[in-house]
Amino acid sequence: MTVPYEELKKDFKILDQHVNDEPLVYLDNAATTQKPDAVLKAVEAYYNTSNANVHRGVHTLAERATTQFEGAREKVRRFINAPETAEVLFTRGTTTSLNWLAQSLGDLVVKPGDEIVISFMEHHSNIIPWQQLAKRKGAILKYIELTDEGMLDWNDLENKITDKTKIVSLTHVSNVLGVVNPIRKIADYVHGKGGLLVVDGAQAVPHMPVDVQELDADFYAFSGHKMMAPTGIGVLYGKRQWLDQMEPVEYGGEMIDFVELLDSTWKELPWKFEAGTPNIAGAIGLGAAIDYLENVGMSEIMDHEQNLVAYLMPKLEEIEGLTIFGPHKTEDRTGVIAFNIDGVHPHDVATAMDMEGVAVRAGHHCAQPLMNYLNQPATARASFYLYNTLADADKFVEALKATKEFFLHGLD
Amino acid sequence: MALTKLDQLYRAVILDHSKHPRKQGVLDKATAQIELKNPTCGDVIQVQLAIEDNMIKDVRFDGSGCTISMSSASMMTEAILGKSIDEALMLADEFSGVVQGKEAVHQKELGDAMMLSGVSKFPARIKCATLSWKALEKALETDGTGVDGQLKHD
Ligand SMILES: Cc1ncc(COP(=O)(O)O)c(C=O)c1O
Repeated sequence: MTVPYEELKKDFKILDQHVNDEPLVYLDNAATTQKPDAVLKAVEAYYNTSNANVHRGVHTLAERATTQFEGAREKVRRFINAPETAEVLFTRGTTTSLNWLAQSLGDLVVKPGDEIVISFMEHHSNIIPWQQLAKRKGAILKYIELTDEGMLDWNDLENKITDKTKIVSLTHVSNVLGVVNPIRKIADYVHGKGGLLVVDGAQAVPHMPVDVQELDADFYAFSGHKMMAPTGIGVLYGKRQWLDQMEPVEYGGEMIDFVELLDSTWKELPWKFEAGTPNIAGAIGLGAAIDYLENVGMSEIMDHEQNLVAYLMPKLEEIEGLTIFGPHKTEDRTGVIAFNIDGVHPHDVATAMDMEGVAVRAGHHCAQPLMNYLNQPATARASFYLYNTLADADKFVEALKATKEFFLHGLD
Repeated sequence: MALTKLDQLYRAVILDHSKHPRKQGVLDKATAQIELKNPTCGDVIQVQLAIEDNMIKDVRFDGSGCTISMSSASMMTEAILGKSIDEALMLADEFSGVVQGKEAVHQKELGDAMMLSGVSKFPARIKCATLSWKALEKALETDGTGVDGQLKHD
């Protein structure tokens, strides 16, 4: 390991605190991540030196704000290797990105009787927009089954995606199972059938190198807050050939060329989709987060998380009565680990671990169809990021064992 | 070890109710019943009541959930059995105060349920404790004339 992760941790002031008298071990990174000083400083500097509205006004601050805002867009473009900045739309987050697509792309390509295909491992934000689109259009929503290990079942994928399939929308990485889906292979298959592939990258972009051209995804959505940027900023990448044809979802200032009494014309991409004053500080924060991540290196971050999982997995497998959902092989997964202890409800687990200073999530993780599929009302989930260390992994295992002891045998 | 603090929440009585729930199951003849879910965590509870002359003659609960919600349901059945509808509603109201740190007047009637007062120190778990009592309230709202439904926990 070349990156000094212990050192990096110092960039995150929030991590240096005690929770319930124990040093905090933050393992809820799939929900949201902590922000390094550099990101907070970039946001503060923007407000202290350059705050103004963008794309309207000729004064110096407006110019500065616009340059920084559009500079952040260029950073995002480079980060995901999109061909043009015009294809990088700023949104509120993955949820907004996917809703825009279900609305606008849905109107463009889905007709009654057409099929939309998703999978059993999707987050609610990649289910409900499509479900409602299907209802609105009289289209058919299909779910791809999973294998016993929790990976997409390729045979079923081939069954479900047909010539009638207009949109396939899948997660790149599952926020419960940690599974990484083979997006390029899927894209080729979907395109072969004449459909479009939408990818929910919320759990991928923060943790591994993502190149949208190499993946050949038609659309790719992600959230800033899961990659160390502030909340309320996210991205929708889309291929120009589709974005050009799509109608904006929201109307208002900023996105128009000319407004007449009975009709208006839209600005060019990407602005035609960005009605109203955008989250300027958020975009600048996202730019700073990208700088931070690139400085560490996305491949390094992925290796680091896989090392943590490789270190953890055998220790977890040793704990009797502990079920880990999703694949155990490190190459098939990221640092998201959902688990249950036999006979102990995940909420009790999360409360107990919190008393040990270890922040894990319990619940359905916004994936109720997956929970039903796994036959679990809920699970606990630990999710790691680059600032987590082997010591955090040890503390996690120790707290898990203590929790199990407490509920199965009590304190003596 | 910090888990010792958990004893505030998970007293022996609570763990006992969760391992050996009282009045779990179904009634042959229920006059009121309800199923309530806590959508944020997936807990589900069914409460059945047999009411005669405004009195709760029998009660059962079933469902799935965490230690707190299941033990609370078990304690709730003990507290309300043999009570009038008004008394049961009053206890439900008091209990919701207890888990938010308020003093209760009818501690004796609440019985084991008083043990859950420690929940007030764990705000994220208050809804777990009140789920069964909310179900009871919903079932009683219709004067025990028989409801069968599914409600969202607010
Ligand atoms: C896989 C996945 N998709 C979508 C989302 C939604 O992201 P957001 O809430 O930032 O819009 C999340 C995060 O909760 C997620 O993990």
